[in-house]
Amino acid sequence: MAAKKTPLYDEHVKLGGNIVEYAGWSLPVQYEGLIPEHEAVRNAVGLFDVSHMGEIVIKGKDALPFVDYLMTNDITTIEDNQVIYTFMCYPHGGVVDDLLVYRFNNEHFYLVVNAANVDKDYDWILSHKGDFDVEIENISETVGEVAIQGPLAEKTLQKLTDTDLSQIKFFRLQRDVVIDGVNCMISRTGYTGEDGFEVYTDNEGIVKVWNSILEAGKEFGIKPCGLGCRDTLRFEASLPLYGHEISEEVNPLEGGFKYFVKLEKKSDFIGKEELTKKWEAGLERKLAGFELIERGIPREGYEIFKDGEKIGYVTTGYMSPTLKKSIGNALIKTEYTNLGTEVDVMIRKKLVKAKIISKKFLKK
Amino acid sequence: MKVVKGLYYSKDHEWVKVEGEEALIGITDYAQEHLGDIVYVELPEIDDELEKEEAFSAVESVKAAADVFMPVSGKIIEVNEALEDDPALLNTDPYENWIAKVQLSNKDELEELMSSEEYEKFLAEEV
Repeated sequence: MAAKKTPLYDEHVKLGGNIVEYAGWSLPVQYEGLIPEHEAVRNAVGLFDVSHMGEIVIKGKDALPFVDYLMTNDITTIEDNQVIYTFMCYPHGGVVDDLLVYRFNNEHFYLVVNAANVDKDYDWILSHKGDFDVEIENISETVGEVAIQGPLAEKTLQKLTDTDLSQIKFFRLQRDVVIDGVNCMISRTGYTGEDGFEVYTDNEGIVKVWNSILEAGKEFGIKPCGLGCRDTLRFEASLPLYGHEISEEVNPLEGGFKYFVKLEKKSDFIGKEELTKKWEAGLERKLAGFELIERGIPREGYEIFKDGEKIGYVTTGYMSPTLKKSIGNALIKTEYTNLGTEVDVMIRKKLVKAKIISKKFLKK
Repeated sequence: MKVVKGLYYSKDHEWVKVEGEEALIGITDYAQEHLGDIVYVELPEIDDELEKEEAFSAVESVKAAADVFMPVSGKIIEVNEALEDDPALLNTDPYENWIAKVQLSNKDELEELMSSEEYEKFLAEEV
């Protein structure tokens, strides 16, 4: 099957984007270069095409209890126009997907899911509808989305709208925000560890929004940003990527994301029983941060050893563009996850020394 | 894409500069351009004896790691340590910044490599 094109595909080509296939989509991995794009987001402002993300709407009288039953986080705690990060788990505790839940009101929710998982998620949600009085719709094909990220994101976007953006707090959303004449929904969210907004509109409007933001951001040094720095930015900010830090095989407790799994939540949710059992029994393996002591770059899939015994593997690793250090996340036996523990990473048939550090790499 | 005359080239985009019985080995302009900003170079050990097409070094950008293969067989007699501190030298000038100096073990192997003209043609046709 040919890779799908987002409504911004032609813009990426015009901007000299290096197009690759990702999760079934043709998207730029970088334009000018991963490092300058990464730095633009950390120090100024960057713009990402995230139209490949999936959007699923759940409406109806039972929307709140239904969404709450599907999710590990406590969806009943959020107010109208609030956003919450959560996992959707299998009964065995593994992750179907990680996502953002937008609450418009208690009978209307909007789920933003990973591109690679849209069909799987939609089928999963439909299959659990049961007697819940809800309507479920996958509107992914009709939604265009960009993420404007960085310390100057608000300043840039404010030039294009009369809505007072300073009034939209972290993880809040606002609908019917007009950006340079285009009606959008925006939320103060992102996947970079920086301030910023995610902007949703239709496929036609998103092209205008994209170009208007790039124009408005010129004075601040805005750069269009590709998938390459999207991954290094989210990694430095300790944000998980599905299929790496969490997956069907790696549950969110092992990933160290218990904050988003409300085992104490009164109502039942899918995975609650098994995750509770696993938590009470103690985890055999956990995600840990590490830093190489010797030279090299740890890459995803490299094996981790302690005294010659294999104890796990790297889920993500980079020469961090912000910290200029070789760091990574590794899923390893719990007994070796204490800070300061020395381990070895197998890099091209050689053991390279590393030590366990906090996986909150960015100290902000 | 810059190609320098008088060097030998491999299909894996390494170059060889012969100096008597010894040779300098590096990566081509095409290779560095393709990789992007280079952030790490793994150098071989001095005295390593390596066969043609064996991996002897690795060059890494933020996104990817690429092995560098021996275009000819030989013994490593010197490595370019400057690349440890400043790997981006390979981006700046890939022909000036060699990776390793080798003692050639079989000069006949040079015949199997491409001339600068052949490599230019190879880039135009194959890549």
